Amino acid sequence: MCDINRRQQDTEDVFTLDIAPPPGYPGFAPGQFNMLYVPGVGEAAISISGDPQDSYRLLHTIRAVGDVTAQLRNKDGRSHVGVRGPFGKPWPIEAARGRDLVIVAGGIGIAPLRPVLYTVLSDRAAYGNVHLLYGARTPRDILYQDELMQWHRQGEISTTITVDAAKPSWKGDVGVVTRYIGRVRVDPENTVAMICGPEIMMRYTAGELLLKGIPMRQIHVSMERHMKCAAALCGHCQFGPYFVCRDGPVFRYSDVAPLMSTAEF
Amino acid sequence: MKDIADELSEHAFFESLNPGTIELIAGCGVNAVYKPEEMLAREGSSADELFVIRKGRVALLMHSTERGSLQVETLDAGDVLGWSFLVPPYRWPVEARAVQTVHVIRLDGKCLRDKCNADAELGYELMRHFAALIARRLDATRIQLLDLYGQLEQ
Repeated sequence: MCDINRRQQDTEDVFTLDIAPPPGYPGFAPGQFNMLYVPGVGEAAISISGDPQDSYRLLHTIRAVGDVTAQLRNKDGRSHVGVRGPFGKPWPIEAARGRDLVIVAGGIGIAPLRPVLYTVLSDRAAYGNVHLLYGARTPRDILYQDELMQWHRQGEISTTITVDAAKPSWKGDVGVVTRYIGRVRVDPENTVAMICGPEIMMRYTAGELLLKGIPMRQIHVSMERHMKCAAALCGHCQFGPYFVCRDGPVFRYSDVAPLMSTAEF
Repeated sequence: MKDIADELSEHAFFESLNPGTIELIAGCGVNAVYKPEEMLAREGSSADELFVIRKGRVALLMHSTERGSLQVETLDAGDVLGWSFLVPPYRWPVEARAVQTVHVIRLDGKCLRDKCNADAELGYELMRHFAALIARRLDATRIQLLDLYGQLEQ
């Protein structure tokens, strides 16, 4: 069991656990996830949302949507949690070096993309134009806002944060995140795109990126499925011919686009 | 100094139109500036204008007894506001208010309608542009209606 160093309430229904890595933990790559275990309740697959170069803590940004995450919500700095991982195929950071990068996040989908931002910032000159487009439900639901805007002000990452609706006092953007893709300045042939959010948002986003001329093979999405064993054995996360826990969660859009258009039954 | 036609030809919405068409449209336009908080359009009022946004941000607001005033969209440089001037009963469905100082070309809706009625080619070109714009906004509205971000599971 691992110590929880700290619990931070990010928004009304989202919180971040800062967990001490287990002995021998090998580190993680952006986009990978851990299985967090609550004794007597179960395990849940949770994306890692912190800095991959920080070996002292594992950050997990979580919304309570099931039994395990509801129990994790009650944890604090005196609690413990089981950690297995890391699992899954990461974002293609190496493929993005020397290229423009478009990162599009919806809702809590920003969490598995934040390690990408830390990685880019640690060697900013290695990348071309970097754009972050982030859509949230309302201004109160925006995650990591101070950090994202600081990077934007410093000119490191061009950031657009938009919400679906807001009170009149909000001075930022309002509208779905897909609307802003047309405004991004990149060299399409030399651009890598990474998308994480609700599946339909990823589909529309990929459509806009394709319209912009970014090749399908250079667009990557992170799929969410119920992952139970994290070893491609139980079949809970089967997605067409793939197991999301082993073959994903990050996929080339060209590999999964036909599957994303299919209604599940 | 740039005239209205020059400014329209550089605007994202009109840039693909030919110079003759732009000249016709420009004849209905004047430059205007709105200060922060100033209202460009009131919900339910007569929609007699098309605003071509050159600079600044405009918020579109709707009002309900249950939730008060809500911003449902913002528009920036490169956007246009006010396709209601094309569609009977020519009423604004939302309130439009400047968030920052906004520079626009304000096109007279009746002038544009009259020119479209008199010149089928102009009417078709403008309708084609507005149909594409309305289709994209409809797609965006459908996504907003799904209220997706509250439901994504871990």
